[in-house]
Amino acid sequence: MTDIFRSDPPKRKLPVEKRDNKVSMSAMMTKFMTFMTAIMIAMAAPPSAQAQEPLRLTLRDGVIEALPFALPAFQSEVAGSEQMAADISRVIAEDLNGTGLFRQIPASAFISTPAGFGAPIAFPDWRAINAQALVTGAVAVNGSQVTVKFRLYDVFSGAEMGEGLQFAGTTDGWRRMAHKVSDAVYSRITGEAGYFDSRVVYVAETGPKDDRAKRLAIMDYDGANVQYLTDSSAIVLAPRFSPTGDRVLYTSYESGFPRINVLDVATVGRQQLATADGEMAFSPRFSLDGRQVIYSLANGGNTDIYRTDLATGQSTRLTNTPAIETAPSFSPDGSQIVFESDRSGTQQLYVMGANGGEPQRISFGNGRYGTPVWSPRGDLIAFTKQEAGRFHIGVMRTDGTEERLLTSSFLDEGPTWAPNGRVIMFARETQGADGTTGLYSVDITGRNLRRVTTPQGGSDPSWGPLQR
Amino acid sequence: MKYLIKAVLVIGALTLSACTNADRFDNADAVDLNAQNGANGVNQTALDPSQNPSSPQFFSQTIGDRVLFEVDTSTLTAAGRATLDGQAGWLTTNSDYLAVIEGHADEQGTREYNLALGARRANAVREYLISKGLPSSRIRTVSYGKERPIAVCSEEACYAQNRRAVTIISIAQSS
Repeated sequence: MTDIFRSDPPKRKLPVEKRDNKVSMSAMMTKFMTFMTAIMIAMAAPPSAQAQEPLRLTLRDGVIEALPFALPAFQSEVAGSEQMAADISRVIAEDLNGTGLFRQIPASAFISTPAGFGAPIAFPDWRAINAQALVTGAVAVNGSQVTVKFRLYDVFSGAEMGEGLQFAGTTDGWRRMAHKVSDAVYSRITGEAGYFDSRVVYVAETGPKDDRAKRLAIMDYDGANVQYLTDSSAIVLAPRFSPTGDRVLYTSYESGFPRINVLDVATVGRQQLATADGEMAFSPRFSLDGRQVIYSLANGGNTDIYRTDLATGQSTRLTNTPAIETAPSFSPDGSQIVFESDRSGTQQLYVMGANGGEPQRISFGNGRYGTPVWSPRGDLIAFTKQEAGRFHIGVMRTDGTEERLLTSSFLDEGPTWAPNGRVIMFARETQGADGTTGLYSVDITGRNLRRVTTPQGGSDPSWGPLQR
Repeated sequence: MKYLIKAVLVIGALTLSACTNADRFDNADAVDLNAQNGANGVNQTALDPSQNPSSPQFFSQTIGDRVLFEVDTSTLTAAGRATLDGQAGWLTTNSDYLAVIEGHADEQGTREYNLALGARRANAVREYLISKGLPSSRIRTVSYGKERPIAVCSEEACYAQNRRAVTIISIAQSS
C-alpha cells in the first residue's frame, strides 16, 4: 500500500495557528497529540504513563484505532425537552461514530453520569471505562425554539477542551444543532474543521435501468431531510454546488438537448446557460467566486472545455483539440484546472492553467482515469479509475504521484469532497439487469466505507460547504 | 429484398393517404401481412405501415434506424454504413422529414465521458448522411451517454446493443 499518510515526527510546538495543508492522518494525529500535550503542560499536570496512553489515535499499517468517547444523553433543562435531548445526543453520537475515528462507549458501561450540565466531572469514573473524551450537554425546548449546550473534556488530563458552547435556533433545525456540536467536538480533538453541518445535492433515481427517472435532490450529509429540487420529467445529471452552497449547476434535458441550468437552492428558481443550437453543454462546475462556470461543450462531435461568466455571458474556450476534454474542476486557489482528456488514446488526467494553455498530464497508471476533483485543501485530486473491468475511486497528489485507490466495485464513479477534504462521497451502481445506484462515503485513507442512506437510488453527489 | 420493396412500393403508393400520422414507432401491434393468407379465403386488413416505404415504420424497421459501434469507438462499421446508405436514400426521397441522431454508450464508462462519446457517435452518423448528400440543416444530434440503455444486462450482449446511434425522424414543423 502506498503510504501517503506516513507518520511525521511529532512537532514540539503548539500548532494552534499554523495551517498545515498536508492532508494526512498523521498530521491530524500529530496535531491531536501536540494539542493534548500542550493542554497537559498548560495544566502543569505531570504526564503519567496513564495519561500518555489515551492521547494516541494509533496509526498502524494505515489502520487507526478509534478513540473511545462517552456521551451521556444530553440533559433536558426544561420539562418536555427529553425527546429532543435524546434525539440530539443520538445524532451527535452517529456523527462521531460515523467517522470511524471515534467509538462511542455504551451507556451501560458508565459508572456514573454527570449530576448536571457544568457540574464537576468525576474523571476517575470515566478513566475507569477508558473514555478518552467526554461530551456533556443540555437541551432546552421553549415553544419552537431550542437551545443546545455542550462541553468537551479530555478525561485523562482531567481538563475541559476548549470552552462550552451554546447553539440556539428553531426546533425544526435541531439536526443542524446536533451537527454543529459534532463539528466542534471533531474539530477540537483532531485540529481540523468538521463536515457534519453540510448538505449534499445529488440525483435521486427510481425505476429500472432502461426507464430510469432522475430528479435533483438535496439532503443533509448523513442522508436526512431529503428534499427534491426538480421533477423527473427530463433527465438531470451531475449537480454541482456553488462554493457557498446557495446555487446548484446541473445538466438538464428539458429542452431535448443537454443544457446547463443554474438553480437557486432557496427559491428553486432556475436559469439556463445560453447554448447555441446544435451544441451540447454538460459537466459544469463553479469557479471559487461562484461567478464563472467551467464546463464541456460538444460541437460537431468534438468536446472541449469552456468557461462562461454568469453575469456577462461571455465565453472563453480553454481547450482546442479533436479529443474529448471534459470533467473540469478548479484548484481551490483558482489558478489551475484539472480535467480528463483522451488525447493520448485513453482517458487520462491533465492539469492546465485557469485560462487554458498547454496542460500537463498527471495520470500514468494502467487503465483509464476520469472525473477528477480537486480537494478543498488543494493537495489531492480524487478521480474515477477504470481498469480491467473494475471501477475505483482514488486519490493522487496534484502532480500525479502517490496514487492510492480507495474503493473497488463493478461501477464506482463521481467522487466529491467533504468540505474538510478528509472524506469522499461517490456513487456505486450494482451489476446486472436489476442494478441499482446508491451513495457511499469513504475516508481518504480508504477506511470506513459506508452507504449513505437515501430514500431511493442516488448518483452524482456534490458535497456542499459547511453551513453558517 | 429488392423485390419486396418494389412490391410494397406499389401497394404503399395506393394507401399513402392512410398514413397521415407521422407520429412514428408506436406501432407495437402491427399486423403481420404474411399471417393473413390463411385458408383460401380473402382477408381484408389494414396494411402494416412498416410495409409502406414512405412510412416512419418502414424507415425504422425495414431500413433500420440504428447503427452499432465497437467499444469506445465512433467508427462506422460496414454494416452501419450500409444501414446509413438506406437512411440517406429514404431521407432524400422523403424530404419533408428531419432527423435527430441520438448517440448512446454502454454503462462501462464514466458519465461525462460517455456523453462526449455519444456525441462523437451521433456526429459520425450525421457526417456520413451529409456525405451522401443530405443537407446539414435537416440533421441534428444529441447524446444521451449511458443514460438510456435499451438492454439492461451487464454483459457484452447488452452492451453491444447499447453502443448505438439511432436516427429519429419527424415531419418538419414549419411545412
